[in-house]
Amino acid sequence: MPGMQYLSPIDAGGRRSLRRTRGTRGSAVAKLYWEDFTAGQTVEYGSYEVTAEEIKAFAAEFDPQPMHLDEEAARASMMGGLCASGWHSCAIMMRIIADGFVLESSSMGATGCGEVKWLAPVRPGDRLRVRMHVIDKRASKSRPEMGFVNARLDMLNADDVRVMTLTPHFMLGRRSPSAGAAARDGEKAGA
Amino acid sequence: MRYFEDMHVGERTELGSHTFTADEIKAFARRFDPQLFHVDEEAAARSHFGGLCASGWHTTAVYMRYFVDSERREADELRARGETPAKDGPSPGIRELRWAKPVYAGDTIAFAREILELREATGRPGWGLMVARNTGTNQHGELVLSFVGAKFAERRSKP
Repeated sequence: MPGMQYLSPIDAGGRRSLRRTRGTRGSAVAKLYWEDFTAGQTVEYGSYEVTAEEIKAFAAEFDPQPMHLDEEAARASMMGGLCASGWHSCAIMMRIIADGFVLESSSMGATGCGEVKWLAPVRPGDRLRVRMHVIDKRASKSRPEMGFVNARLDMLNADDVRVMTLTPHFMLGRRSPSAGAAARDGEKAGA
Repeated sequence: MRYFEDMHVGERTELGSHTFTADEIKAFARRFDPQLFHVDEEAAARSHFGGLCASGWHTTAVYMRYFVDSERREADELRARGETPAKDGPSPGIRELRWAKPVYAGDTIAFAREILELREATGRPGWGLMVARNTGTNQHGELVLSFVGAKFAERRSKP
């Protein structure tokens, strides 16, 4: 990746890295908790290579529009060539961050995303990675064992073009449940 | 799909209902989101969700299938009347995506779309932008999915 610098596993402050340790895939024991996320942290995960076969297979199942299914029809569309369904891009993003940190975290899912923007087409042969920037975090008012982390995720191709950007609201378990009164701003915990 | 000029703000379309099986929840999750509560019934039962539930990205992907199928049916009806359907347009994005409640194995989700806004697509002559609220509601009448999506819609009258 030209010009990209991966973060060291342990950041300058000695905090736990927002990155899975190799060889712990699928571990049921969480290594990353809500406490390990700090506003301003930026880390990259990936990569993931997209094939034409995968684009068409996903589209045949979930988004059977010509621009995702057929090279010739795709050339005649606004997209100018075969490209992945935006929902496929979201699924790929999820796989990248799952392998990057989610599977080793105390993830309790997500309540949603403020926005998801499909900025540029994802083409066959693209190698994608995800840059996560932690925006802010807060404790849950109603669930002392949980907290929220708001992040900006940019998915980039090998030319450093942002193909997608989204702002998920993650739910994460806490290493030490709050003794109450931890919430500063009270939004009800989602699903 | 229909032409931009034939769409109306406030128009609601029922897109159809889908029952999420445990097998398809696990198959999607193994490919894209293998968190334990999406791939393993026993672990899911012990989790805060209390049971196997679909990845949120699986729910949105299935929504899309029902949306596209609905557009296909609409296009077929137009062709049956001797009219030409409009071209499919891509989506620049969505906002206010909420996975309001888990979608559990065995849940039946009814998807719907309501047009919120129809506006010019700046810089895209020949196209308009259709903005719609999209929802999924489970068999208990609870909202499980909601987002506002935009999609380019071909105009009949080209500038």
